Amino acid sequence: MNKNSNLYQIIYAAVMVLIVGTVLAFIYMALKPKQDDNVANDKRKQILSAVHITPKSDNAIESTFNKYVVAGYLLDKNGEIVDSAQNVAFNVDMKNNIKAQERKLPVFKCKLDDESTKYIVPAYGAGLWGPIWGYIAVDDNGTNIYGAYFSHEGETPGLGAEIANPKFQNQFKGKKLYKDGEFKPISVLKNGKSAENGEDHVDAVTGGTITSTGVSNMLKDCLTPYKPFFDKLQSGTIK
Amino acid sequence: MLSKRNKEAFFNPLSKDNPVLVQILGICSTLAVTAKLEPAIVMGISVIAVLAISNVVISLLRKTIPTTIRIIVQLVVVAALVIIVQQILRAYAYDVSLQLSVFIGLIITNCILMGRLEAFALSNKPWPAFLDGIGNGLGYMIILVIVAFFRELLGSGTLFGFPVIPNWCYDHGYMNNGLMILPPMALITVGCIIWVHRSRNKDLQEK
Repeated sequence: MNKNSNLYQIIYAAVMVLIVGTVLAFIYMALKPKQDDNVANDKRKQILSAVHITPKSDNAIESTFNKYVVAGYLLDKNGEIVDSAQNVAFNVDMKNNIKAQERKLPVFKCKLDDESTKYIVPAYGAGLWGPIWGYIAVDDNGTNIYGAYFSHEGETPGLGAEIANPKFQNQFKGKKLYKDGEFKPISVLKNGKSAENGEDHVDAVTGGTITSTGVSNMLKDCLTPYKPFFDKLQSGTIK
Repeated sequence: MLSKRNKEAFFNPLSKDNPVLVQILGICSTLAVTAKLEPAIVMGISVIAVLAISNVVISLLRKTIPTTIRIIVQLVVVAALVIIVQQILRAYAYDVSLQLSVFIGLIITNCILMGRLEAFALSNKPWPAFLDGIGNGLGYMIILVIVAFFRELLGSGTLFGFPVIPNWCYDHGYMNNGLMILPPMALITVGCIIWVHRSRNKDLQEK
């Protein structure tokens, strides 16, 4: 058969694409459950990072998570718990949630080894090259930050990507969400600058200005809807 | 198995015919993934795997491929392999796949692949094509590792993420060079390596 005839080329291309398509679809289906597990486990690991817990091994992630994270809630905009079914908070996809008209407000309740209770709230925002996200753990008095975890999709390694570094994240420990009784989310500022509204702040990443500003905006955007909830924690109406 | 020609197919790309240093292929990804050692190594291994397998596949198909659509055929084969690598990494090496994110996908645009498929696999038997793929992949990986070594050491003061610059250096005013982390310094590092390489291999110097 003439290799350069139109018919041969069309059939060749069609058959090739069919074979490749089938193989790829098969591989995708075969690996999908494993990948979903990885994604879920990665999320568990990130949430635990906010309360400074690192699972001992990759196999222990799920059991460690279930041990420390005792409950997950969804809140309404008045800070009332509207749904406390199992996994309801865990299954919220922040990427879509952040764009929704009425955001779901997931909260994870953690009981640590020293019997103290922490509440973890997720955050999601924009960095320089792509999305950034994080989890912020707050003490049960509703104002002290216990820990923070941030990650990103593709910030510049060594610059913006440093927000995923514990050195950056540890700065958040002990910062306060309330100043003189007023709710003021923490901002990320260049070394030497002072906060406009007198809120607590942490040092930005050198050379990662846009990513740092992104973290700052994300905190403002994602913590503010939780204000009624934090208020309730402060007044002690939620145990 | 290892005739003189096959040996050449394997060993030449390591130095005398190195894809990065001499053929000047795959520069873009060399700049992109070499800020740290670990992603550089995973990228190197992925390129070796994709290059070796696609070389063999194209070499097996070489007598059936219509010349007019050969580039498309090569692209489909490479793209399919890259997606497979990406899926496997996501299932079995999730952390690494997160670090490399877009770069694995960019293997498709790596000029070394198309270059080797066009120049070698289309006109050679599968076994030499396989050796050529491994050789070129290794040649690429060596340069990646050298560049990443200097960039991570001078830019972040770490190797494989572990701090190696002692603290007293920082106390005495030493600072990590942030410029090393940005792509321009990768280009300059590659330039320096090419300079050293040429000065040691006189026959590569242009008159």
